[in-house]
Amino acid sequence: MYAFDYAKPASLDEAARLLADDPEAKALAGGQTYIPTLKQRLAQPTRLVDLAGIPDLATIKEEGDGLAVGAMTTHKAVAASPVVQRAFPELAYLASLIGDPAVRAMGTIGGSVANNDPAADYPVVVLTLDATVRTTKGEHRGSDFFPGMFETALEPDELIREFHIPVPEAAAWEKFRNPASRYALVSVLLVRTKDGEIRCGVGGAGPTCFRATAIEDALRSSFAPEALDGVTIDAGDLNEDIHATAAYRAHLIPVLAKRCVRRMLRR
Amino acid sequence: MTHVSLKVNGREVSRDVEPRTLLVELLRRDLNLTGTHVGCDTSQCGCCVVHVDGVGTKSCTMLAVQADGKAITTIEGLAAVAEADGRAEDGLHPVQAAFRQHHGLQCGFCTPGMIMSAADLLSRNADPTEHEVREWLEGNLCRCTGYHNIVKAIMAAGATMRGAATPRAAE
Amino acid sequence: MTDKGIGARTLRKEDRRFITGKGRYVDDIRMQGQAYAVFVRSPHAHARIGAIGKDAVLGMPGVLGVFTGADVQADGLGSNVCGWNVVSKDGSGMNMAPYPLLCTDKARYVGDRVAMVVAETLDQARDAADALEVDYEPLPAVVDVAKAQDGPVIHDGIAGNLIYDWELGDKAATEAAFQKAAHVTRIELVNNRLAPNALEPRAALGHFDPGTEQHTLYVTSQNPHVHRLVMSAFIGIAPEHKLRVVAPDVGGGFGSKIFIYGEECLVLWASRKLDGVPVKWTADRTEAFLSDAHGRDHVSKAELAIDADGDFLALRVNTKANLGAYMSTFSSCVPTYLYATLLAGQYKTPAIYADVQAYYTNTSPVDAYRGAGRPEASFLIETIVGQAARELGRDPAELRRQNFIPKDAFPYQTPVALTYDTGDYAATLDRALDLSDYKGFEARKRESASRGKLRGIGLSCYIEACGIAPSAVVGSLGAGVGLWESGKVRFSHTGKVQVLTGTHSHGQGHETSFSQLIASKLGVPFEDVEVIHGDTEKTPVGMGTYGSRSLAVGGEAIARSCDKIVAKGRKIAAHLLEAAEADIEFKDGQFTVKGTDRAKSIGEVAFAAYVPHNYPEGVEPGLEEGAFFDPPNFTYPAGTYVCELEVDPDTGTTEILRFVAVDDFGNVVNPMIVEGQVHGGLMQGIGQALLEGAVYDQSGQLVSATYMDYAMPRAWDVPFFEVETGQGTPAQANSLGVKGCGEAGAIGAPAAVINALTDAIGVRVEMPATPEKVWHAIQATRHAQAAE
Repeated sequence: MYAFDYAKPASLDEAARLLADDPEAKALAGGQTYIPTLKQRLAQPTRLVDLAGIPDLATIKEEGDGLAVGAMTTHKAVAASPVVQRAFPELAYLASLIGDPAVRAMGTIGGSVANNDPAADYPVVVLTLDATVRTTKGEHRGSDFFPGMFETALEPDELIREFHIPVPEAAAWEKFRNPASRYALVSVLLVRTKDGEIRCGVGGAGPTCFRATAIEDALRSSFAPEALDGVTIDAGDLNEDIHATAAYRAHLIPVLAKRCVRRMLRR
Repeated sequence: MTHVSLKVNGREVSRDVEPRTLLVELLRRDLNLTGTHVGCDTSQCGCCVVHVDGVGTKSCTMLAVQADGKAITTIEGLAAVAEADGRAEDGLHPVQAAFRQHHGLQCGFCTPGMIMSAADLLSRNADPTEHEVREWLEGNLCRCTGYHNIVKAIMAAGATMRGAATPRAAE
Repeated sequence: MTDKGIGARTLRKEDRRFITGKGRYVDDIRMQGQAYAVFVRSPHAHARIGAIGKDAVLGMPGVLGVFTGADVQADGLGSNVCGWNVVSKDGSGMNMAPYPLLCTDKARYVGDRVAMVVAETLDQARDAADALEVDYEPLPAVVDVAKAQDGPVIHDGIAGNLIYDWELGDKAATEAAFQKAAHVTRIELVNNRLAPNALEPRAALGHFDPGTEQHTLYVTSQNPHVHRLVMSAFIGIAPEHKLRVVAPDVGGGFGSKIFIYGEECLVLWASRKLDGVPVKWTADRTEAFLSDAHGRDHVSKAELAIDADGDFLALRVNTKANLGAYMSTFSSCVPTYLYATLLAGQYKTPAIYADVQAYYTNTSPVDAYRGAGRPEASFLIETIVGQAARELGRDPAELRRQNFIPKDAFPYQTPVALTYDTGDYAATLDRALDLSDYKGFEARKRESASRGKLRGIGLSCYIEACGIAPSAVVGSLGAGVGLWESGKVRFSHTGKVQVLTGTHSHGQGHETSFSQLIASKLGVPFEDVEVIHGDTEKTPVGMGTYGSRSLAVGGEAIARSCDKIVAKGRKIAAHLLEAAEADIEFKDGQFTVKGTDRAKSIGEVAFAAYVPHNYPEGVEPGLEEGAFFDPPNFTYPAGTYVCELEVDPDTGTTEILRFVAVDDFGNVVNPMIVEGQVHGGLMQGIGQALLEGAVYDQSGQLVSATYMDYAMPRAWDVPFFEVETGQGTPAQANSLGVKGCGEAGAIGAPAAVINALTDAIGVRVEMPATPEKVWHAIQATRHAQAAE
């Protein structure tokens, strides 16, 4: 690691001010992605602004038709939350599959969404359910929060306060893991919203998460696994690496979506 | 330099550290607790797992300053936790004893992290299935044992900890 | 007393320190005032090195020294060496290029050591290494062994990057046998490159004592005496008597810590250059991926000639082996004498011919990795035999059985140099078929099919040669060293025993197994035995641990030391008991006068030996005996592995459902430890088959340089293994009848997995058989079937 200064502000506003004052300063949430990045000297911040000292950022509560989840809520807390397990069990399941137990104990939803790793899981939730991202500067819609790989709509000195995640009528999450990192090689979140809309979010496959509209269209006419026979996803924009070609990732998307359909029908 | 105060294996510790100091560096270099190991740079091998306020945490992926005010248990302090609970056997935590009993270690390098992870699991679920144990070890790599005897040892330790006469069918 | 002796599942005495965090690995050792070394490594696979900006860095905070290849040369240090000369077909010796500790003219792979920075703290050393400017002129690179011949010349004067072109076997007889074949099975396969991945990264702490001029190196080594030998005799760090090498607790090796690497030589040298400041280096994981010697990396073509009855007539093999940018310590023998000599497998194939070309490439050096050559041989044989069975429509178990060397044919001279001592291959096959319910497979396959899954079963009947020795044999084949082993047994006044061994334990449990051996041989309580290893200043010269040799060679040296102890003890006891030496019997720790109850315990005899007030004339005081054992032959562990798995055709994901391993390891000292060795080997073999690959891109960047990209087997990749080791035919090369068990799993498992996978999907997939490769293979098969 390169040397850096450290600050642990007591409020989100103070944290935002520290970041505004120094464009090279960086916020630290759980650090489960950022600390390995620092260790490999792939980043050189002047200062880390640790958000762990800010009260009330790790809360989970029901709010209207959804869940309000604080930015510093850990994956472990989401997975174990009785509120989440009752209102949106698939979200608890999704959180329980992120990383490993030790990573889940430190990693946070805010950190995951703000980093927008293409293989991360929470961005798919925020996008697919069009969650509201409440920040120090206002609000963002989940549907236009992820412009590209490792990019978000956040400004450098803007911090996430909490997410409002609309709870769907039904949902299923399928993650096909990268055999090495065990991040998502491809992930699919299929939901039926309270309005009856079918949405299919995809992670891991592209530069950033996206909605698979071909799958949504097919399922809208018939919500059955067979409806996805013959549905193909254009591999052109998908990621390719030593673990999977774009074509294979494209193939996996409808396969996982079918599994989601089967699971939703079974419930 | 930043000042950190924490409790390590029940002992109050204060140090001035560079902010870039990792918790594992504080433990190994400054406190000479070399039982916690480092086997990778990307937070995957789990050789460095310690308990932070009772929760399994990768000490190579946590800054020492993040541990300020927290209670850390390392492999060197695990048996004392069991002693306090009245669960120690021959000066060992039941998980330590089970790793020995079931040959759950060979070179010993991943062992401290494995044991700390397993103790974390069993503290919340003393009756895990084989599948749950294997899933839990997602973040702990071992190159020697093929995990076979590690999984057996963890299930046997669970049986000991919940007072069962025989472990859940481990084979 | 012997309830913990030979044959008992004795719990390991070394465990307590490991489970309580009290192990002492190299990085745990801290010397007063120690400094830290960080290596500046080439980011290019092949580049000419220009100016290195040392001066700018020397002034940085805490920096004590910056060293380059020029400094090493100026100090007259020699080159690293490969210790086994493999002679080509034309009689010429191998083309061994210099292997400098630090690059001089060129860097030849990504990770090649360009400079060493030493500073007071690790962060300071990293900061300085980061700041060091090096001028590189990138050159074209070659990474694939198949393209090496036409690649850029890596070492001046070595055309086509060819290290040797070697052959074994009777070419004419093999050609003739092919003329008579009713059927020929042909195969082309890749044995994938692997990174060893001992969980403890390599580390070294060097200390020069300016007062005594003693050099001490703490290093992650499987063979400290070999380190001392090479570092003194070839590299010239220090004369051998002024060099102490200590390998304390070592966190796994799997071959990768046999070799002598530049880093460990350089930290010791740097300590001398810095007037005795201890210098420590510990690899991070990416450095380990870049700079540890890799394993395997073969491309082979093989043909098996079979007659109309299904008898194997001949095997013909060509292999191209990638040895990387430099020749590591034992690299040359791995794809030759540890590989082609095993190509008979368990079969009586009368004619075999193999030729092997080894090449330099712009990749990390390749050397022995768990199994070393034997996994490559076993995989090739068992894959081609599996394919032959499919082509002939024969049951793969029966085709194998038909061709087995029968159990009454031992000792059996193979056509590829080795003489197998004992074996009963049908016995291990039968037991494995039973355990795996081979007969019931078809019903299970139908059940899987009803769930849309493809189920497969695969066999692997492996053999290996281990107990690496004998010296005369390896010497005649080009080895630069002898491969005997040493042992010493030392009693104290109070009857306690120290066992000194030249082998080294880094997970194998020698402290326990050797104590069991002493308990059985001498009747001393297991707890009263201390096993000492890993320190050239304490133990007699020994050759170390690899090739599953520690018990078969090192254990026998200890056993022979015990025999000498008993022989001397008999003289002392006879004197004490006032009996004739010939009348003294030794059993369970007691020297007894035959036919009486008059006895002296071995403890009493030891006391008499050290307090010789009443002592036989002409007998030296003391009770300490040593032996050097050089076995007459290798040992030949063999067995049958059965893998059953299921493939999801939608994704290509493979799930291992069962894995049965039945091994013949001869006699077994500690079944618990032996089973553990098999488990670990199986996992590495399964990892090779399904997950692992050290992958370079065409520019020579290692793209699998972290655990984010190198797929390490995890707990949920396998079920519980079903392992049985009880059917042994005792080895003939040592009195213990033991064969060695450390490598078997890694040798036998890959073919079992791949044969099962081929059985499931109908076509063979190269290793690692990742879901994508499997899925593509299924698609291709379906398209082909649809087209028919």
